[in-house]
Amino acid sequence: MKKLLMGAALLLGTAASADGLLINGAGATFPAPIYQKWFSEYNKLNPNIKFNYQAIGSGGGIQQFTAGTVDFGASDAPMKDDQIAKAPDVVHIPTVLGAVVVAYHVPGVTNLRLSGETLANIFLGKITKWNDPAVVADNPGTKLPDQAIVVARRSDGSGTNAIFTDYLSKVSPEFKTKVGSGTSVNWPVGLGGKGNDGVTGLVKSTPGAIGYVELAYAIQQKLAVAELKNKDGHFVKPSIESTTAAAAGVEMPADYRVSITNASGKDSYPIAGFTWLLVHKDMKDAAKGTAIVNFLRWALNDGEKMATPLDYAPLPRQVQERVLKTIDTLTVNGAKVSAK
Amino acid sequence: MAEAAGHLAVEATENGRPSSGNAGDRVFNGVLWTLGIMILVVAGLIVLNLALVARPLAKEHSLWGFVTSTEWNPVEEHFGALTFLYGTLVTSALAIVVSVPIAIGLSLFITQFAPPKLGRILTIPVELLAAIPSVVYGLWGLFILVPWLRESIQPWLGNHFGFLPLFQGPPIGLGYMASGFILAVMILPTIVAVSVEVMKTTPEANREAALALGATKWEAVMMAVIPYSRAGIVGAVLLGLGRALGETMAVTMVIGNSPQISASLFAAGYSLPAVIANEFAEATSSVHIGALAGLGLILFATTFLLNAGARVLVTAVQKGPKRVSG
Amino acid sequence: MNLHASFTYRKVVDRAMAGVCLVCFVAAFVPLVSVLWLVISKGAAGLSWAFFTELPKPVGEEGGGIGNALVGTLYMVGLACVIGLPLGVGAGVYLAEKGDGTVGNTVRFMAEVLSGVPSIVIGIVAYALVVIPVGHFSAMAGAVALAILMIPTLARATEELVRLVPGSLREASLALGVPNWRTSLRVVIRTAMGGIVTACLLSVARAAGETAPLLFTALNNQYWNINPGAPTASLTVAIFNYAISPYDDWHAKAWTASLVLLIVVGLLNIASRLLTQNRLKGAR
Repeated sequence: MKKLLMGAALLLGTAASADGLLINGAGATFPAPIYQKWFSEYNKLNPNIKFNYQAIGSGGGIQQFTAGTVDFGASDAPMKDDQIAKAPDVVHIPTVLGAVVVAYHVPGVTNLRLSGETLANIFLGKITKWNDPAVVADNPGTKLPDQAIVVARRSDGSGTNAIFTDYLSKVSPEFKTKVGSGTSVNWPVGLGGKGNDGVTGLVKSTPGAIGYVELAYAIQQKLAVAELKNKDGHFVKPSIESTTAAAAGVEMPADYRVSITNASGKDSYPIAGFTWLLVHKDMKDAAKGTAIVNFLRWALNDGEKMATPLDYAPLPRQVQERVLKTIDTLTVNGAKVSAK
Repeated sequence: MAEAAGHLAVEATENGRPSSGNAGDRVFNGVLWTLGIMILVVAGLIVLNLALVARPLAKEHSLWGFVTSTEWNPVEEHFGALTFLYGTLVTSALAIVVSVPIAIGLSLFITQFAPPKLGRILTIPVELLAAIPSVVYGLWGLFILVPWLRESIQPWLGNHFGFLPLFQGPPIGLGYMASGFILAVMILPTIVAVSVEVMKTTPEANREAALALGATKWEAVMMAVIPYSRAGIVGAVLLGLGRALGETMAVTMVIGNSPQISASLFAAGYSLPAVIANEFAEATSSVHIGALAGLGLILFATTFLLNAGARVLVTAVQKGPKRVSG
Repeated sequence: MNLHASFTYRKVVDRAMAGVCLVCFVAAFVPLVSVLWLVISKGAAGLSWAFFTELPKPVGEEGGGIGNALVGTLYMVGLACVIGLPLGVGAGVYLAEKGDGTVGNTVRFMAEVLSGVPSIVIGIVAYALVVIPVGHFSAMAGAVALAILMIPTLARATEELVRLVPGSLREASLALGVPNWRTSLRVVIRTAMGGIVTACLLSVARAAGETAPLLFTALNNQYWNINPGAPTASLTVAIFNYAISPYDDWHAKAWTASLVLLIVVGLLNIASRLLTQNRLKGAR
């Protein structure tokens, strides 16, 4: 029965590919808005090549990439060593920088400021009201209501989650031991939202809510966003400039797996991160492999220019050049792919 | 139809004896038998595959440990089904509490109190309720039910009955209560459809005897219809419960996706189908996938037992006439 | 219930309980009216030729539609029918013709019970059966999941319908010398065909409305797809994704897509109802 189905699928699969190449990818919701833009624009330039990207969360992206059910993955959490052991030929291609912002929905409050310690305690469930002394201390002069804090966090395996918990673990030892960091953690409190969309929706519709989402989502949905105290003690608003500042001077390792949370620098936004596309070093499918490599070249050149209007920060110049060189080392069945 | 049979008869008996009879019968019976067995094959496939996928889970967890643990830690790979069992049971219980009285009242209305023609017409809206896909109910729940709960019902309940642990905590709309209400709407048609069938099989004689003796319509119902249909109604409720336990999309959209046990109906929770729907495509290890498949097995076992019990009860009522007992 | 109470009291109770049942009737239909009203009023505005024929656009861009989702649903349900209808009807015929022994009783019991299995569990099974061996998500996996869903209910419905055919018809045919198997096929099943078609239509309607089993079998697809080996969009998954997004224009699309889905499911239900009435009026 299985073989019959497989055979039928393969037969019909090859027959129907005549009308264009379909490349499947899955992963992070963090960069989904800009990836969708990229794939749409690239399809306009190359109508025969279609990238089907499903935003199911970084955890899903890593899993499906490792299982081989998709041609490429996407994640804001770099794969861990034990995950790489299962997919040893993975290459992390950084694409853009994003910021994880703290969005909130408190009627009457528009300029919330939070220190790392307070933020961690809110997400630990230790601070439960908006007028808690710790929150008030961070916001002198602002009237905060006696309202319950409704925590919103991710229910799915998420790179945004990884970046956020990575930051909280750095600023709160208690958070590090109790919850830890990663794409999926054991949250002590909170409503679960699916994807960045889910958390955005929760914050938007629930008075008293606080949640963490990628900057683009907060701006798009006009959510109020908190200023966070960075490592140097300054309260910084998340923006393209403060995101870029966080990445400035980062020591970029050869495989591009790096965290830039809690970066130093007075203008640095403390919860920023790279996001990566996961591809195989040597791709077996000639047509798909060539298309992927050429797309990556386009993305790291022309694609980067589309980042800012969508509220993502383009890669720093030196990083961009290094990544382009890495793309040149990707092979299809052992052979390099010449530029179009 | 007789002509068709006649034609066949002529073909078959051309030589004076049934030509393709025995061979044809053997082939036909063989094909039928195979098709029938397919049901058992499907059932076997379901159990087998669930068990296979769940195998990695068994290496680290005992059955008892899995069922009674509230931990759900994909990072450390410790999994427990208790939180989801709790959520599934609470939402289903709430659904039953809300839905059963209304369903029975509606069934009685259709079969006893409404004029027969109206009764037949009324089954149409009930079928409509059953035909609406789960995801559309979820959409309705998200945008209509949840805000209504958050802004009207839950604050009222919290203000007047907040001393009960059932109604404590911030009114966020999402959570056990929203799921329970949506489930109530979704299982209503199931309970009504089966109850109506069962009530219709009450021997008219019983009812008429009661009426002849001077009982009011309601008393006739209580004396003749309800005792007779009791087992069947319980069966209908079990079927409805089975449906509530397995309902996925509508619940996923309004339950809040929070793997925590809470006494309050206002709180966000999680159910067995909801966590499978949310996490399956992205479980990053075979143990995680195994845990989800394990939850699936628990779901399968529970609905299996419930449906089996329900069928036994409903068939018992429909097959044998019972004495009118008090 | 106090039969010795005064007649007036008993009459009042009688009227009151009738009233309670009426209230139950109203309470049951408030959600129905609410859902239908909302889907129609919020969804109608988005109906347009573009909505039916265009592909979805990325977030933030105007327009776009559910063309690929509608085609995807029709395609996968179609595939599911190819697998599920013959198996379901066939099993039902078996139960009616040969189903009175131990094997038959077991099959019948299993069919009853299987018809109550949650669709998400079927999704896991289809994932294990199709997605894992083949290596990726596909429309075929979604179709297999839907087919598994259709089979048990269809089998039971078919059995009932075939059993309803009067025994005299079968006996007349046998008396004329028609072999048993031909009698079953050409006389009995032929007579029950109308009802069987109705049951099939209802299964199709149910399959078209399913979401959970498609989530990790067919996944989703931004483009048109009629390749059974590739992921495919579907109306139900599209509604789900639009609904849980935070974007207002996507919410509007969710309502409109729901309206389209309700129309599809509604048409199938109406068709089956009309067929039933025709059949009962003796039009065959």
